[in-house]
Amino acid sequence: MSDSFTMNEAQPRLLDTTDQGLIGAPLDRPEGALKVSGQATYTAEYHPEGMCHGVLVRATITRGTVTGFDETAAAALPGYLGLFHGPEFLRNPAQGMAGKAPTQPGDRVAYHGQPIALVVAESFETARDAAARIVVHYDEQPGAPVDPETAPSEEPDDRTVQGDLDAAMRKGAATLDRAYTTPGHAAAAMEPHAALAEWEGDHLTLHGALQMIRYNKAELADAIGVKPEQVRVLAPYIGGGFGSKLGISAEHISAALAARALKRPVRVVMARQTVFDAILRRTETAQRLRLAAETDGKLTAIGHEDRISNLEGEGFAEPTAAATQFLYAAPNRLVRKTISRNHRTPSGSVRAPGEAVGMFALECGMDELAETLGICPVELRLRNIPEKHPETGQTFTAHALAQALREGAQAFGWDKRTEPGTRREGEWLIGMGVASAARTNMLIASSARVTLTRDGALVETDMTDIGTGSYAILGQIAGEMLGLPIDKVSVHLADSDLPGASGSGGSFGASSAGSAVFLAARKIRDELAKRLGCAPEDVRVDRGQVTGDNKKAALADLLVEPIAMEASIESGETAKTHFSSGFGAHFAEVAVSEITGEVRVRRILGVFGVGRVLNEKTARSQAVGGMIWGVGSALHEELSHDPRTGHIVGRDLANYHVPSHADIPAKMEVRFLEERDDHANPIQSKGIGELGISGAGAAVINAIHNATGLRVYDFPATPDKIVQGFMEHGR
Amino acid sequence: MREFDYVRADSLDHAAAQAGPHAALIAGGTNLLDLMKLQVMVPERVIDISRLDGLDTIEADGPGLRIGAMVRNADLAADPRIRADYPVLARALLAGASGQIRNKASTGGNLLQRTRCPYFYDTAMACNKRAPGSGCAAEGGASRMLAILGTSKDCRAAHPSDMAVALRALEARVAIRAPNGTERILEMDQLYRLPGDRPDLETELDEGDIITAVLLPAPALGSSQSYRKIRDRASYAFALVSVAAVVTMQDDRIGKASLAFGGLAPRPWKDAQVDAMLAGQAPSEALFSKAADTLLAEAVSDAGNEFKRHLAHRAMIAVLREATGLAPASTGTDLVGEPA
Amino acid sequence: MPISLKVNGVERTLECDTRVSLLDALRDHLDLPGTKKGCDHGQCGACTILVNGRRINSCLTLAVMHEGDEITTIEGLGGPEDLSPMQRDFVSCDGYQCGYCTPGQIMSATGMLAEARDGMPSHVSESLIGKANLSDAEIAERMSGNLCRCSAYPFIREAIARNTEQSQ
Repeated sequence: MSDSFTMNEAQPRLLDTTDQGLIGAPLDRPEGALKVSGQATYTAEYHPEGMCHGVLVRATITRGTVTGFDETAAAALPGYLGLFHGPEFLRNPAQGMAGKAPTQPGDRVAYHGQPIALVVAESFETARDAAARIVVHYDEQPGAPVDPETAPSEEPDDRTVQGDLDAAMRKGAATLDRAYTTPGHAAAAMEPHAALAEWEGDHLTLHGALQMIRYNKAELADAIGVKPEQVRVLAPYIGGGFGSKLGISAEHISAALAARALKRPVRVVMARQTVFDAILRRTETAQRLRLAAETDGKLTAIGHEDRISNLEGEGFAEPTAAATQFLYAAPNRLVRKTISRNHRTPSGSVRAPGEAVGMFALECGMDELAETLGICPVELRLRNIPEKHPETGQTFTAHALAQALREGAQAFGWDKRTEPGTRREGEWLIGMGVASAARTNMLIASSARVTLTRDGALVETDMTDIGTGSYAILGQIAGEMLGLPIDKVSVHLADSDLPGASGSGGSFGASSAGSAVFLAARKIRDELAKRLGCAPEDVRVDRGQVTGDNKKAALADLLVEPIAMEASIESGETAKTHFSSGFGAHFAEVAVSEITGEVRVRRILGVFGVGRVLNEKTARSQAVGGMIWGVGSALHEELSHDPRTGHIVGRDLANYHVPSHADIPAKMEVRFLEERDDHANPIQSKGIGELGISGAGAAVINAIHNATGLRVYDFPATPDKIVQGFMEHGR
Repeated sequence: MREFDYVRADSLDHAAAQAGPHAALIAGGTNLLDLMKLQVMVPERVIDISRLDGLDTIEADGPGLRIGAMVRNADLAADPRIRADYPVLARALLAGASGQIRNKASTGGNLLQRTRCPYFYDTAMACNKRAPGSGCAAEGGASRMLAILGTSKDCRAAHPSDMAVALRALEARVAIRAPNGTERILEMDQLYRLPGDRPDLETELDEGDIITAVLLPAPALGSSQSYRKIRDRASYAFALVSVAAVVTMQDDRIGKASLAFGGLAPRPWKDAQVDAMLAGQAPSEALFSKAADTLLAEAVSDAGNEFKRHLAHRAMIAVLREATGLAPASTGTDLVGEPA
Repeated sequence: MPISLKVNGVERTLECDTRVSLLDALRDHLDLPGTKKGCDHGQCGACTILVNGRRINSCLTLAVMHEGDEITTIEGLGGPEDLSPMQRDFVSCDGYQCGYCTPGQIMSATGMLAEARDGMPSHVSESLIGKANLSDAEIAERMSGNLCRCSAYPFIREAIARNTEQSQ
């Protein structure tokens, strides 16, 4: 029933002709009433009969071997049910889309805080206490490198070298050669990572806070040594992901193992401190950016080198320079990465891996170069937009950077920007900054099933909704295609028994799963055409009426037999011939206290080209969410590591400062440009949630410069760093 | 959290009688439970004093006020007398924690809250305060939030309270009930010990002692009061540095200045020498700068928290400029009515 | 220990370990999982409920301390079929994304509006004296005990602003 559609050529804009008023409309989320009334059920909130509670035991050394566990004190507690560990345990969560078990280290410890065992008890309170009473014996291997600067490192082969960067730097009329550093970041989703495992015979049902069900099912089966068909994964509601719930991790595997051994359902919810220690973080980065330009601002060279870190054996490497590879033209190019191999908590994907931190360097560097050249930073960017992908020569699909910069500047009042350090309100110095936004767009293989009956349509896929709006947009696509009001469409998600979709990650979920729903609905339209007796290309489905070739029938009359269609999509030729990216521009206004160095964001405008907008309301929320993450990474967020153990210091939400209400102004404005990306997918849409963060922080940092005349190169720009800058300038 | 016996005290006598080396009083619980969950504190008995009569009122005490130890932080900040006559206290309270926590946290509990030093909170790390004699992992560790004044080689933890800083500037005192029912009154510097070689001993309270009230002196009529808190985000964060000031002008000179500082020291910090330097002087940037130098003369910092010197210096000058009229007052600086 | 509470207007009793937080009592013992656990240390606000009309972090208090107290949780504000005005406004303003901090935001906003009605000032109030005027900056400061990592802040405040006295 399912044959896969391959994206080999630009697709017609069918959704521009269906005319049902659903696609793009700012509809409320269908699950909204459940969420605001506390009735949406997250993983930890199922209570099967006989459920017991697990708490993870974690390593208190950085490197070595566990030689034994002493359970004596724990086992004496009434309600203690046991300690579980063994070869199936995971060193760290699976990286996104792994589809197989991550490293299973046996008794090896590779970072401080690594989950090494699970304690299970009748109550959460007993399990928590028991976990603290387990005495772990180690054979510690001291001296584990934890400082990325001094730890051993390696250089992957996939570097870019075009032309001669050094020569261009020597000849450039204006050049920039700067070092930038960003600290590690935590996704810090509000729902702590959780699992509830239940076995029926040799079949496992796992409720998990997970973003990618299809892959997670395979990972779990692989990790515990069962067949994928013995595993069912469910995640109808997920309290935020941002990359932190891409792959299975300690709570899932340990819950599954303990539940099998105890023959009882086991729930494991990570304590917040454990989430910080044992969930993949975003790496810290050290970056060097080099730019050279002619006097007219035309770039002649771009060099972006970075050092990131990860544990030995982890395949993920933050693609720091991802946007640098295609954002601006320059004949001489260098992109090179170094991976420090150290024993901090391993790193992985956190919202917009690469762009989120790499664009600090590129976009703050462009701002500084513009100042050197005496060219408006908006204009400098406009002068360097490439015709084709500068590295690969691919044709860009819809490319909105120029329009976003121009319209944004106009709407923001960019012409009112003054010279650095010249605008003041009392002790507050006011400034504006700009940055480009770019985030590669992807299409990931996805399947979905749509069933149309006289009562309405049912959309089914294992796609997740981590707050991104999947429930809303998938229903809108089906309703638009099938001429149904939105309340006649139901959407069932995040059950591994349903057709497998991309899952939520890389901002590709809406386009990928949405295309599968679109194609399934298109097949239904074909079937309706057949039943009506018209050619498929002639059929119109309009508010319950099916017409075509001068024939007309009520939809219900054609549905004596329901129609169920499954469809799949995968990327194809267009991904080779063309390069698809979201583009945009961020404009920020900040106030900086000249006394304390505190920064307050006053307003931000983001203008984005994201292809077709599927739901204007949820799209705006995604974009603003990303922009606020940009504020967080510019001003607050920083994982601190103990210099001796690598252990994350201040592993909680009091010490890791995500933005609070008071950090975010009401004026967070978003404008979406009218755009269709015909080569991206058949619904002409692109990702949003990560585009919103990409460049946003740099706009804030550039605004700080405009306010104060200071440049910060070591992020976040906390008060101490601004004050340091003031003092260096005798202020 | 370890198992414990829960005792709901029906009187102060009852509460005192239940006290012991392994017992803890619980009022708001917002810090105690935080620490018990992590087994940083492991009391075997928890004595609930949150329902005791008579501890949750604010009453006249001669020309001043007597604030019951169970008065919630939110209620204290909202009290009309505090807002009008002791605005620095209202401001400090409102700068602390969150609305939810202020609704729960008590006056006495706020005074006795523990440091937020991340090494104190991490039982995998050495900490002389948590486990006397185990060492101090903060030394040579991440030091951004650590104190720079009043520390010792054994402990560099900072006191986290905002409220206590304002109380220190207001020259408040603390009423303590001994197990035998007698009350004694301590200055705040007498309540808090400096860490020395026993950072686990934070106050001069003895077993069975219960803080019953905070005593405010008569309002400093005609004073300018302010609380300035600098933190890593705009709200809901502990102070990097905070300054509380109660300044009274006499003609064009500073009559009296009472300053206290948060984020800098193991207790709300007051330096009598600094206050004395300011008294009787005409306000000037140079004077304030010299006073700030004096405040920080004995500061001990490392690369991770050296910035606190600079922040404290700048914040202190800014606060004094506003309080003495050298600069226009902004939000956070309030005037207390002229004498009737 | 046996405990009697009045939860959302209904007398409830439970028998539990002294260590059970009020949050866990609601979620795991009283079948009211609408109140969320985000950090368990009073650092995120997801567990905000009203106790005797005042908003608190239910994670930072013990169930046994609340004998006889009146508790209001998100379930008591309105169900999916009979949402309160504030709940409806959160939906229409898209004042949430993943939904996990949402019950806490709504309960906190409910408590916050009552505090403002009572004249309680905030850190950003120009003057400590007089009525509270709920500007966006005031709402933001008063709501800062509720983190939202999806970062729906502007939309959350838009929903709350529709429910202030000034707007009604």
